Amino acid sequence: MSYDKVAEERLSELVSSFICHASGHLPDDVRKRLSEMAEAENEGFAPDIYDVMKKNMEMADKLGRPSCQDTGIPQFFARVGTKFPHLDEIEPALIDAVKKATVRAPLRHNAVEVFDEYNTGNNVGHKVPWIDWELVQDSDQLELYFYMAGGGCSLPGMAKVLMPLEGYDGIAKAVFDQMTTYGVNACPPCLVGIGIAGSAEVAAKLSKKALLRPVGSHNENPKAAQMEKDFEEGLNSIGLGPGGFGGKLSVMGVNIEQASRHPATLAMGLSTACWAHRRAGIRINPDFTYDFFTHKGVTL
Amino acid sequence: MSTFYFTTPVSDEDIRKVHIGDVIYLTGDITTGRDDVHLRVVMGGKESPVDLKGKAIFHAGPIMKKISAEGEPDKYKVISVGPTTSMRMEKAQAEFLKATGTKIIIGKGGMGPKTTQGCIDNCAIHTIFPGGCAVVAAEECVDVEGVEWLDLGMPEAMWKLKAEKFGPLIVSIDSYGNNLIENNKKTFQEKKEAALENLKGKLDFMH
Repeated sequence: MSYDKVAEERLSELVSSFICHASGHLPDDVRKRLSEMAEAENEGFAPDIYDVMKKNMEMADKLGRPSCQDTGIPQFFARVGTKFPHLDEIEPALIDAVKKATVRAPLRHNAVEVFDEYNTGNNVGHKVPWIDWELVQDSDQLELYFYMAGGGCSLPGMAKVLMPLEGYDGIAKAVFDQMTTYGVNACPPCLVGIGIAGSAEVAAKLSKKALLRPVGSHNENPKAAQMEKDFEEGLNSIGLGPGGFGGKLSVMGVNIEQASRHPATLAMGLSTACWAHRRAGIRINPDFTYDFFTHKGVTL
Repeated sequence: MSTFYFTTPVSDEDIRKVHIGDVIYLTGDITTGRDDVHLRVVMGGKESPVDLKGKAIFHAGPIMKKISAEGEPDKYKVISVGPTTSMRMEKAQAEFLKATGTKIIIGKGGMGPKTTQGCIDNCAIHTIFPGGCAVVAAEECVDVEGVEWLDLGMPEAMWKLKAEKFGPLIVSIDSYGNNLIENNKKTFQEKKEAALENLKGKLDFMH
């Protein structure tokens, strides 16, 4: 089958609109959790900070602007159905969509070439947008996540390989140390993503994928789900509050993802999402109809 | 906790009035400057092209839009401008204050002991604008006077903004050596130890 330029253009238009909307609107689950958290805070600076956050979300919506100036380095997480008919067109369409959204939203120019140290000015650079690929058997859909991770919430990111005898307590220590130091500056309340695996890069990648899961969802493994709840409760007992000014709560939640480990290693990765967690997910059908499932009821 | 309404240039006398936990709304000149501007001025020894004496430096990399037509002098509008992580400038901030005479630093998150000392030595303060609230901040910037060092790219350039009651700016380091976020971090560390102690026995999946 020859390259379908029309399909590329339709996909790129749709994804560009999807990115523009995501830059100014937080997903439904994040908005819900933030308003629950605001309700719980009644002392110090916390209520005032939540008020400014709410005002900012309303103004971004009203004025049609990116809600945070740091629109992140563009990253896609694609789950591609093996029967999706436009496989060849996906990557060029995603790159083109980023260029278009950079002008339309407008997005901040965030792709800086390493070694040559210049900003490309259109958010497209060497291996950027970064695209993570997964195949989904017997599906004709393209499921696409876009995540605008800013610099502030990327700074606490880390991965390390523990020795098994350090145990899961070693993971707790690494996460809690990082959240009470770097995490304070990462625009809390954050969503905390943890990956556990056999090597550093797998754990790191899973920690980022954990952030794509909805706030309030839990790992299918009951022990992992319990660990998510225990970590959330523990971090909340520290009371970072919004912006690190102190409060009753600290985090929007803790999501853990895992892959089997090597008998001799216990690797952990940590990624954090700031309160302005601009994650967006869409399922695209072969005819380009879609389900914008993180932002219900939105037409692009 | 007190609230102050200041207009630039801000005097040492004004700066002496404020303490950590106070809130300021600032009118006047606010210039953006982050990693590359600090690098150029402090490590590169270049003079700031913007006169910052008595004024504010804003740790921010904005989204700007050119609104002038082709052939006209460049005119820009702020689309979105929120604070960036101030701690990244810790290495250079104190020397930057000394070199430029800046009185108010605006950013997010805390800064460390070097900046705290720099605020004492130069009679300056660090303040925090709520992170992620970039549209609120953009609407409090009523004009863009110009831009310097645009060769650094949109986020790193020095954007000269005119602000009207810009805030809330929560004072996190005052000119007396007090540091709000460092104080908070001490509390967080103590509570962290208790939280980790509480998790003991709950994570023994290998036993």
